[in-house]
Order: sequence, then structure tokens, then C-alpha cells
Amino acid sequence: MTAKNTSWDKELVFRAVLASFVKLDPRTLSRNPVMFVTFIGAVMVTAGILASLPEVSGFDLQIALWLWFTVLFANFAEAMAEGHGKARAESLRRARVEITARVLAEGRELREPASKLKKGDIVVCEAGDFIPGDGEVVEGIASVDESAITGESAPVIRESGGDRSAVTGGTRVLSDRIVVRVTAEPGKSFVDRMIAMIENASRQRTPNEIALSLVLSALTLIFLLAVGSLKLFADYSAAAAGQDLSGIVTVPVLVSLLVCLIPTTIGGLLSAIGIAGMDRLVQKNVVAKSGRAVEAAGDIDVLLLDKTGTITLGNRMASAFVPAGGVAERELAEAAQLASLSDETPEGRSIVVLAKTRFDLRARQLHPHEARFIPFSAGTQASGVELLDAERRPARKILKGSIAAIRAEAGAFPPELDAAQREIANSGGTPLAVLDGSRVLGLVHLKDIVKGGMRERFAQLRKMGIKTVMITGDNPLTAAAIAAEAGVDDFMAQATPESKLARIRAEQASGRLVAMTGDGTNDAPALAQADVAVTMNTGTQAAREAGNMVDLDSNPTKLIEIVETGKQLLMTRGSLTTFSMANDVSKYFAIIPALFGALYAAKGSGAGPLAALNVMRLHSPQSAILSAVIFNALIIVALIPLALRGVKYAAVDAQTLLRRNMVVYGLGGVAAPFLGIKLLDLLVVAAGLAR
Amino acid sequence: MNVYDTLQVLIYAAALAALARPLGNWLASALQNDSPLQARVFGPLERLIWRACGINPGVQMNWKTYSWALLAFNAAGFVLLFAQQLFQHRLPLNPNGDGPVGFWLAFNTAASFMTNTNWQAYAGETTMSYLTQMLGLAVHNFTSAATGIAVMAAMTRGLAGGKAAQLGNFWGDVTRTTTRVLLPLSLVLAFALVGQGVVQTFGPNVRVKTLEGAGQVIPLGPVASQEAIKQLGSNGGGFFNANSAHPLENPTPLSNFLEMLAILLLPAACVFAYGKMGAGARQARALFAVMFLVWAAGLAGALYSEYGSAAASGGTALMEGKETRFGVANSVLWAVSTTAASNGSVNAMQSSLSPAAGGIAMFNMMLGEVIFGGVGSGMYGMLLFVLLTVFLCGLMVGRTPEYLGKKVEKREMQMALTGILAPSAMLLLGAALSCAVPAALASLSAKGPHGFSELLYAWASAANNNGSAFAGLNANVPFYNIGLGLAMITARFMVIVPCLAIAGSMGAKQPSPPSAGTLPTDTATFGALLTGVIVIVGGLTFFPALTLGPLAEQLLMFKGGAF
Repeated sequence: MTAKNTSWDKELVFRAVLASFVKLDPRTLSRNPVMFVTFIGAVMVTAGILASLPEVSGFDLQIALWLWFTVLFANFAEAMAEGHGKARAESLRRARVEITARVLAEGRELREPASKLKKGDIVVCEAGDFIPGDGEVVEGIASVDESAITGESAPVIRESGGDRSAVTGGTRVLSDRIVVRVTAEPGKSFVDRMIAMIENASRQRTPNEIALSLVLSALTLIFLLAVGSLKLFADYSAAAAGQDLSGIVTVPVLVSLLVCLIPTTIGGLLSAIGIAGMDRLVQKNVVAKSGRAVEAAGDIDVLLLDKTGTITLGNRMASAFVPAGGVAERELAEAAQLASLSDETPEGRSIVVLAKTRFDLRARQLHPHEARFIPFSAGTQASGVELLDAERRPARKILKGSIAAIRAEAGAFPPELDAAQREIANSGGTPLAVLDGSRVLGLVHLKDIVKGGMRERFAQLRKMGIKTVMITGDNPLTAAAIAAEAGVDDFMAQATPESKLARIRAEQASGRLVAMTGDGTNDAPALAQADVAVTMNTGTQAAREAGNMVDLDSNPTKLIEIVETGKQLLMTRGSLTTFSMANDVSKYFAIIPALFGALYAAKGSGAGPLAALNVMRLHSPQSAILSAVIFNALIIVALIPLALRGVKYAAVDAQTLLRRNMVVYGLGGVAAPFLGIKLLDLLVVAAGLAR
Repeated sequence: MNVYDTLQVLIYAAALAALARPLGNWLASALQNDSPLQARVFGPLERLIWRACGINPGVQMNWKTYSWALLAFNAAGFVLLFAQQLFQHRLPLNPNGDGPVGFWLAFNTAASFMTNTNWQAYAGETTMSYLTQMLGLAVHNFTSAATGIAVMAAMTRGLAGGKAAQLGNFWGDVTRTTTRVLLPLSLVLAFALVGQGVVQTFGPNVRVKTLEGAGQVIPLGPVASQEAIKQLGSNGGGFFNANSAHPLENPTPLSNFLEMLAILLLPAACVFAYGKMGAGARQARALFAVMFLVWAAGLAGALYSEYGSAAASGGTALMEGKETRFGVANSVLWAVSTTAASNGSVNAMQSSLSPAAGGIAMFNMMLGEVIFGGVGSGMYGMLLFVLLTVFLCGLMVGRTPEYLGKKVEKREMQMALTGILAPSAMLLLGAALSCAVPAALASLSAKGPHGFSELLYAWASAANNNGSAFAGLNANVPFYNIGLGLAMITARFMVIVPCLAIAGSMGAKQPSPPSAGTLPTDTATFGALLTGVIVIVGGLTFFPALTLGPLAEQLLMFKGGAF
């Protein structure tokens, strides 16, 4: 993952270190109750040390130091996570140079700063101009450099009408001239929102994050009570035993116990996990309008995927020639190739290529005096070529087109081809008929090509419990065949914007969460209805408004990655919470015997009954407590990379995933600190840091 | 432990497992009112009650109305019982001439019986008149049990119902639970107990001259009728001070077996009723398995500790404070069951258990009374832990948490945590306070860790509405009467109201159909997780306290030094 390579570069780390001190501001900390309690604890211990000056207990000092480190490490984690976003936002802001807009008003052209533009203004942009604001092309076509927001250097085409009419402020026109109607108020443009989004990721907490921090606060509260009451229980026990425990049951030690018990690991990393999750999306060139959408992406039950571009390659390809009775396949191929030589559509080119590969027929260059090209029109549903004789009179006419068109043109249609064309249609393909003069030579089988790897991908999604639905305008037979080939769970044939909307509503009514991609204006209602709606950056303004995520690469397949990112975010949260709680078991076994090991000891013996709980055989009470506190602080740092990267995600069913994460983070969480604390105890003693 | 002890434990477990399901189905039918047989037999009586009270049980309540009805019902019961105790000397059926109950003791007892705790700071035979026992305490044994089941029913409807689930009617639920389940069962058990020799009379205490020529008072009373519901409704408040260790409350091994079975019978049946009422049989089975296994583990630990301690202290069974009629195994089985369920009746003194066994009894209560728990209350308490587990572990499968298809969000967690933590907070605060207040420490009869166990046990018992006592602690002093009384009330309603709030908020949610990506909550994996969360949350909260009490004492014992 790219995050890993860049996340530790020196500049970022340096800035994060600075930020972790700035974040010591109690107002900032109070938003995170777990770390706030740690902070208060650190303040209390420090105050105790200051009050006892000039005498200083080295042990208390070390405790205070490590408590401060605990808070700082948590701040550092958050600052690291924010670092990427900040860098990205800054580069965006730098890109937003002050643009002068050329506003068209009453036929005249006025120059105005872009910040003064209002919604509805008409501006004109020519080659070299920056587009002053978000808007829709109302006239003209141009190639536009959008690298400032997408990072993609290849220019894109923007034209009036259709689904490629939206332009973004701050991008640059490379060629031609367009007239744009501004659709965003100043300060609310796409780039503005994107900057705000990336920068605010830390402040907008998502519903699940809020619920989780509530749980963490509640646990903190109960541990506060447990440790607070322990002081009084200890007093009772000391009095009952006639012993003096005041040397070990001190404020710094009780604070240490508290900080070790409250979930500092997840508390310290929680916001970093959320920010990093958003950041992973940004790195995939997806901008989510809210963190809520990212969370919802993990919950998706149904994916609506457009067939074209997502499941299949954009275009159909010729895959076979089916000659009529008494016609050689080669003859048909030759005619079809001739008819397609001037056809620049991908379908046409694929026929030329197929003829070449099947029969080694070289594509000839037709000169205008040899032939006349008959272009495709919606009316005739056919295209082709008219070969000319020496006097430039039509000699031979070859047409290729829909069955209906050729049938009408030819007057008669061979019955065996009728059967063949039905077969092609049933298998999901599109039959084209080839007509030479009045003779129907045969059919060309055009086929949708399913993208490589999609079948496996859908199988993975199925394992994750996500249903895939292919959306297509094709007839049901064709759709069924492609759906079967691609391995989707369901399909919607002859889909219209209305039927898509109805489908989404129906799925939602039965409690499912639906995700979809779209780009056209007519997709907007469905996008607005879907729980996760990813719009293509090339899409229309209306579509971009309706969705809650924008894919800057305009790659519809990315929806699957978005779902995975959402799941990974939630999993990371859950796993680290489990880990954090599981850690507590060992800390009790370090600190309780340290506190009460000598309690009820027989006269002359240093070890009381509870010394038996010192299962780690830690050296002394001081070394045990210190090791636990150090472990508690260091584990935050150790887990920062995991928090930023997210836990490993694999497409398996929930049960398997749960078992695996439970073993790694649950059982691992119980075992790891036993080892860690023991090791630290040895180090602390070796370094002479504790008695 | 000999072969008969082992056999008895196994027969007990088998009887429990065999009876819980059919009884659960019967309970579910009563709550759903979907059995023509039940309607024909019990309908007339119920209609009479409703007509007399002006109740329309068909009216659906939302969670707030349901809560208000429940609180009003309980408050009224509290006031009546309080007053009845204060004026029992002026009321009939007082053949032994008992005087008025002291003010704070009356408060404590009213709180205790209203909340299904049945903590007894009094000795029944010398304090309460027959009328108070029958019309006050026994009635509360029914109403508090019915209240618990009603809350469970409403919560089940909210969780397992579809979108806009209806929560039912509190009055309807309480009435049907009482008429169709509690009364018939109590009737059958009471007759069985009378058959075994449990007394049932309005006659006054008998004064006899013993063989040695000394005078002795043999207390009597309407015991059997109260004994049945005391055990069935997870109440536990004995007619006599010695509770079920008293030969007239629990005379024979058979009566002992029946009473023990009655402790866990209805709480276990509630689990299956939960399944039958919409959650599904598989969910119920998983929850039953969790409860059963934790109970069995506690039992095994307690038995091991009991026999192990006996070996450590010279090889003879530890019989001090235990009934010779029942022996060690039956005493431990009872002790573990009565603390796992929030029953609180005893047939031996908990204080006389080996320290670790006493610790297990305490830990059972500290877990929040969800290992079977009280009737109804065990199930709804368990559901709070289920929601917490779903929340903590559900995230690990990469979805926002959901239970029975419904999203578990901030509000549900807020409520679930309130319900889980309120009793723990009361326990810790109360015990800490007791350590600091000299008047509270004066009530202890032992010193050192055992004394600490006495006060810790008292607060664990009150704050989890169990009601059993460790014995040794003099609880009839204002500090404990007031403090434990408040703890009982807080712990009961700070769990009930959040549960009903969850019923309300979850009831309004649209369930989504399960898929391969959703966390299944009816599997062994989930059961293990749930067990882990219950034990770890309980353990982490109370480990320090338990180390200073039972654990220190047990370790001291193994070291050969009693304190």
C-alpha cells in the first residue's frame, strides 16, 4: 500500500511531533474522554512531584514522564493521520490561483474576479484559461486538464449536452472554446468542499465512532470507580492486617493502574483510524462528502453496477462470422471487412481485426475514387460501403446492420440465419447481418466482453454477503446471458432511471443498504436515493450533487474498493478495541500483586498470599508498575502503522473473519502484554530504573 | 464428592434442560396470548381482573407509557408494603402478636421485595405477622416476578419484531404472566412441598418442652404457599430467618431438589420464551448454552474449591454452617444456582463456604445476574450484554453492529451501558463507603479478608437484586437499611428503564435480512465471545475487590494460615 511508504517521511513526522504538543490543549483533549482522563492523571502526578520539591522520587518522576508520553503518543497518532490530508489540502489550495473570469453579460464580455461569480453567471473559457468556477458547459467542446484535482495528467473532453458537461473550477482549458454556466456559489465549489472535507475529517466524527467513544467513556468511568474504591478497600485491608501500605498505594500508582486499565490504546488511536480511513479513500482518488458515507460503505448489502464500463469493456467486439447457406465463411469475412473499413467505431474496427486474425485478410486502404462510405444513421440502422467502377458509378454495395434493417433492404432473409440470429441474441450477443447487393451473406456475432477478473471479484463479494446487481439497457435475454457470464447475482434489464430508483427503494424497504455508481443527469434521483452513491468525476453536475462520493478517476469498478475500505475502517476500530480491552488482563496481574503482594504477610516474611498472583515473576512492585505503564504507552506507538494502514482485509464470510480477528486481536491481546511487560521489567531492572 | 453427589448434580442439570423449553413455550404463549387452551382456562379470571381495574389489555403502549405504568405499579406496591409493615400490629392475622416493623427496616424490606431482591434484614418468624407475609411479601413475590417478565416481553418484542414493532401492554403482560404461569406453577409446587412436610397453617407458634426440659418455640405459619413462589419467582425471601436451611421450609431431600429446580426453572424458561416470541429457537439455544456453561463452570469451580479446601484443612468436609441433611454437594449446588439466578434463598450459610466458592457466588452476582438471572430480569440483563458484545465484536466483521438485523447505534449503547454499569457502580460505591464509615464497619462479624467479603457480598447482593446474604453481617442498622435499600431500587430500575428504552428505539428500526457478511449471533463463536465479554467486563471491574476478599482468604488458607 502506498500509504506505508510515504507515511513516515521526515517532514510529516516532524510536523506531527510538533502538532502532538499543540494538541495538549485541554480543550482539544476534552473531546476524547479516555485521553483526557490520562491527561488529568499526568497533571495530578506532576503536581504531586512539584509539591514535594525539592525532594523528588525518581519513581514518581518516571511515572509522570510516561503518562505524558501516553498522551503525546496519542496526539502524535492523530497528527500523523491528519498529515496526509493536510498536505493534500495544501496542494489543492495552492492550485487555486486567483482566476479572472470572462463573464458574458448582455452580449458583452466583462472581466471579473472568480470569487465574485454568482450562480447562473455565464462565462467563456478559451485555450489556456482557467475555468473560474464549477459549472456546466452550455456551448462548445474542449479538452480540459483536470490534473489539479485528479492528479491525472491526461486531458479529458468536456462538451455541452450529454453526460460530460460538468466542469470544475480551477481546471484549465487546453484547447477550443466553451461557454459555461456557473452552478456553484463562491466558496461552495467542488474544490472548496474537497479541501474542507479533507481538513475536517478529524472533526466530523461518524455515528459509529461516536457510539464507540461512548462505550470507551463508559468503560473509563467504571474503571475510575474501580480504582477509586480500591483505595478505600486497600485502607480497610491495611487496617485489618495492621500493615502500612501507604508507601505503595500512592496517587501515582493508582493513577498508573487507572491509565493502564482505561482503553488508552483504542482511545488514542480512534480518531487516527477514522482519518486514515478517509485518507485511504483519497489516495484511491475518491472524495467522500462525509465520513458517514465511508462507514455506510462497509454496511452495503447490494451493489448496483452498470454493465457497460464496469462489468464489460465499454464496447462490443466481433467474435464470429456465421455464413448463410452456400456462402463460404471467408467470403462473408471479406465482405464484412470491406463494409467496416471506413467504420471508425470500435465495433467496426473489431470486425476488421477479426477478419484479419481469422483469415489473414489485410485491411486495404480504400481510396475515395474506389468507394463511397455509407455512414451509420439511426434511421437506417446500417452502414457500409459502395464500391465504384472506373467511371465512378456504383458497382457493388455492401451493407452491415441490424437484422430488421437488412431484412427490409434485402426483401428476403435466409431462414437458417433467422435461427442463428436468435441464438446469438439469446447468448447475450448482438447479431449484425451483412448484405452484398441483394444477397444476405451471413451474420457477424458482436459480443460484450466481460472484463478480466470480474467473476472472481463478484465471488468475493458474495462471500462477504454482498449481492451484485447488473444494470443494463439490454433486453432480458441478452442481459441474462451476460449476467451469467460475469457471475453477478441478479440483473435488471431494460433499466430506466425510474426502474433503478424503484429497485433501490424496494431493496431499502427490505432493510438492505444499496450502493451504486452513476454519471448521467438521469441517474441523479437514483443516486440521491442510494445509501452510497459514487459519481464519476466526468459526470454531470446534477449527478455529482446527488452522490455522496466522487471518483476522480471515473472508474466505476472502484465501488468495490470503496466498500472494502469502509469494511476495513470498521474492522480496524473493532480489532483495536478488542485488543485494548484484552490487554487489561495482564495489567492486573502486574499491578495488583505489586500493590498487595505484601498484604497479610506472616511476620518476618515479605510475601503475603496475593504475591502468588505475580505470575510473571516481575522483579519488584516498582518495576512491575513502571513496566505496565511503559508498555501501555509504547503499544500506542507500535500500533500507529496498523491504525493508519488498517487491519488486513480478506473477502471471506463474517464468521471466518470474526474468528481470525478474535484470535489475532483477542487472544493476541491477552498474550502480548504478558510478554511485553515481562520484557520491559527485565530492561527496567537492568537499566536500574526501579528498585 | 461421591458418586451420589455427582449423580444428583447431573440429574439436576438434566431436569433443568428438559423442563426449560416446554415451560418457555407455555410462557411465550401466555405473553402472546395465542393459545386457545390458555384463553379458555384463564380468560374469565383475567377479564374479571381487567374489568375490576378498568384496564384494556389490547391497547398497545410505547416504551414510555410502558415504563410509566411499570413504575406506577411498583411505586404503589412499595407504598402499600411499607405501610402494611408499619401498621401490622393493628391488622388481623397476627397470632404471634408481632409489633410494628422499624421505619428503616420497613423501608429496606419494601424496597427489597418490590425489586425482586428479597434481601432480608429481618428474621421472618419474629418480625413479620402472617398477614404481612401473605398479603405483603408473598404478593410482591408474584408482582415483582411478573414485572421482570413483562420487561423481558416488551424488550423481546422490540428487538425481534419487524419495523414499528409493538411493545405490548404492561397490565396485560403482568396479569397473564401471573394467572397463566406463576399462579398455576406455585400451586403445584406448594402442594408438592406440603406433601413433603412444609408447614401451612394459620395457627400460632408452638411452645414445647424439649427432652432436656428447656422451653422451645417452634415457629409455624403459611409457609408452603410462600415457599413455592419464593423459589419460582427468583425471590428468595424465606418465611423463616434460616431460609431453606430451616426444616419446616425445606424438610426432605426431595423438597430440597424441587426447591433447587424451581430456582433456575423459570429464568431458564425465559430464554426459550425469548426464542419462541420471535428471536428464533437458534438464538435461544445459543443464549441458554452460554448461561448453562457459565453456571456449570461456576459450579465446578465451587465444588473443586470446597473439596480442595477440605483436603487442605485436614480432609474432613467443611460442615460448619451447612445442613447435615443435605451435605456439601447440595449446599454448593444451591449456593451457585441461587447466586447465578437472582434468587437469593439459601440452604446453607454462604459465609461457611470455602473462600473461593463464596467468591464464585459473589462473582455470579457481580456479573449482573445474567447467568439465568432473575425471572425475566436475567434475560433482559443478558440482552444488554448481547448488545455490548455485538457492538464490540460486530465491528470486527467490517460492518456497523447489528442484532437480529437491527442496527445497534449510539442510543442503544448508551442505554445498554447504563443498564450494565449502574449495578456495578452502586456496588463499588457502596462497598467503598462501607470501608470508610465506622458505623458500617461495626456491623462486620469477622476481620480481615473474610470481613471484607461480608460487606462486599452484601453490596453485590443488593446492587444486583439477588438478596442472598453472606451471613455474619448485621444488616439491620440504618446505614445498611438505607444504603442497600437505595442500591436495590437504583439497580432494579436503572436496568429496567434502559431496557424498555432499547425496546422502543430498536422496535422502530427496520431489520435487514441476514447475509454471509452479517455477524451471526446464534453460533458457538458468538457464544464464546459473549461469555468472554460477560466474564471480562465483570472480571475487570471486580478483580481488585475480589482479590482483597475471597482470593486473599483462599490463598491464606492454602498457606495454612487462617486470618
